[in-house]
Amino acid sequence: MTATTPAARRGGRRLGDQAFAWALLAPAFVVLIAFTHYPIIRSAWSSAHGRNGDLGTAQYERLVQDPVFWQVLRNNLWFAVGTVPTSMALAILMAVWVNNKLVGKSFVRLAYFTPTILPMVAVASIWLFFYSPGIGPIDQVLSALDIPTRNWLGNPDTVLPALMVMMIWKQAGFFMIFYLAGLQNLSPELEEASKLEGASRWYHFRRVTFPLLMPTTLFVFVVALTDAFKIIDHLFIMTGGGPNNASNLLLFYIYDTAFSFFDPNYAGALTMALVVILGLAAILQFTVLERRVHYR
Amino acid sequence: MSADVDTVPGRGGLRIGRGLETLGAWLLGILWLLPLLYALWASVHQREAATTFDLTAPLTFDNFVSVWQGAPFGRYYVNTILLVSGILVGQLVLGVLAAYAFARFRFVGSNIAFALVLVQLMIAPDILISENYTTMASLQLVDTIPAIGLPYIASAFGIFLLRQTFKSMPIELDEAAEIEGAGRLGRLWRVYVPLAKPTLVAYGLVSVSTHWNNFLWPLVITNSVNARPLTVGLAVYNGTESGIDWTLLSAATILVVAPLLVAFLIFQRQFVQSFMRAGIR
Repeated sequence: MTATTPAARRGGRRLGDQAFAWALLAPAFVVLIAFTHYPIIRSAWSSAHGRNGDLGTAQYERLVQDPVFWQVLRNNLWFAVGTVPTSMALAILMAVWVNNKLVGKSFVRLAYFTPTILPMVAVASIWLFFYSPGIGPIDQVLSALDIPTRNWLGNPDTVLPALMVMMIWKQAGFFMIFYLAGLQNLSPELEEASKLEGASRWYHFRRVTFPLLMPTTLFVFVVALTDAFKIIDHLFIMTGGGPNNASNLLLFYIYDTAFSFFDPNYAGALTMALVVILGLAAILQFTVLERRVHYR
Repeated sequence: MSADVDTVPGRGGLRIGRGLETLGAWLLGILWLLPLLYALWASVHQREAATTFDLTAPLTFDNFVSVWQGAPFGRYYVNTILLVSGILVGQLVLGVLAAYAFARFRFVGSNIAFALVLVQLMIAPDILISENYTTMASLQLVDTIPAIGLPYIASAFGIFLLRQTFKSMPIELDEAAEIEGAGRLGRLWRVYVPLAKPTLVAYGLVSVSTHWNNFLWPLVITNSVNARPLTVGLAVYNGTESGIDWTLLSAATILVVAPLLVAFLIFQRQFVQSFMRAGIR
């Protein structure tokens, strides 16, 4: 940058640019190191200690043999597989709709976006009622239609899908915003050209719009993927990870291990597992995705 | 007729298609609003009426009264407002300073420093609850509002966003201010900050709504009403009785989301635009 040239002239008298820049960074770095870097190192350090305090791989051996860990990991992967593509597809659909000429466009856009600003805890309370057997609206509608009902959150087979539905509802509108921004950055001439060529809207979307939205899609994909591993607030309200760990997710298991079972070393090992997963997502973003984004 | 079909394929189908799309868009919109509408409905009805959807059922505000009296919601509000404003001020100050360093100065280690900032984009403090709790305990800050806010006041997202904004500003303005004798901090304050106002507002909206809604860390680090924010207060309310009273819970839920919802309705345009701006760099 050019900033070095004029500033360097006075640099000798007062604080040099080097020191000045680091002074500007210092407050942020104190906090970043204290609450991000140091705890990551601490997690790694405590995960390298066994129950009696000796160094070793005991925690990781335990992790590999822990059926709950594998179940939680599997749940989390299914949770990602179930929520990420669906909410992204819905988000594109929503964005295309509210980007069109549509009667009551601003109302519809508002409706889609509303779940985004609600706290997950409040959302979970409402959905807990929706799913509650007997009195919940879902059961009421189903029994009115003579469809057999069930205890959605109490059944290991349905609890995770039930939570996925809620997550999709919560997130689709948020991802819509990114797609809407992407759509509005596209030049309107493209659509006119397609119209002149007689291409159908679906064809235009498939061959022109969607490829041009690829950078947005990749960005949203990483955000959605990491969210699937980070968002657990609803478990506190709706299931507590149950029944029988059927809805337990990795971060909730870390919480339980640290604060219900008071086992910081094992919590450290679990934290490292989550750090590795999120790190892989970061690598995905910075290598594969960055490269793909440039062809724009 | 046939010529028309030839030149503009599927025009009639297009109109029907558009109609169906509008219908679909509306149905989805109503579906998306239903949970919130239901909470509103339940919050102003008596327990029996809440589940029957009888439109003639009498309205009541008793639920709000008993919720307000049943839990220290006033205290929760004060805590939440102190929390989100404290975090916002911290994030803006630390973010602006760090972003200025990254955007306008060349220094040894800047790339490594920036990479260290980006680590937090992926590994948020929420993940590190166990270790951060230990840190707060050793600082004797457990169950205080600063303990809830501290891990978040250096925000990688904020630094990144502001750095991009500062970088996109014309360097000529900076040089002009320097010729007029403004120092490095003076230029930051008089040139960069005013020009970055739209970004700062957008970031502020995102920050406030994020931390108003945050739950896990406040739950972990607080154990009394002294520091507990609204979200944790709501969750505690949720678990008090064996049988949950849905009308009371709905009223409590509405109390928690009302300020954000009202702000959202007033600033709808800015909200949506700010999320766009904040998301796409």
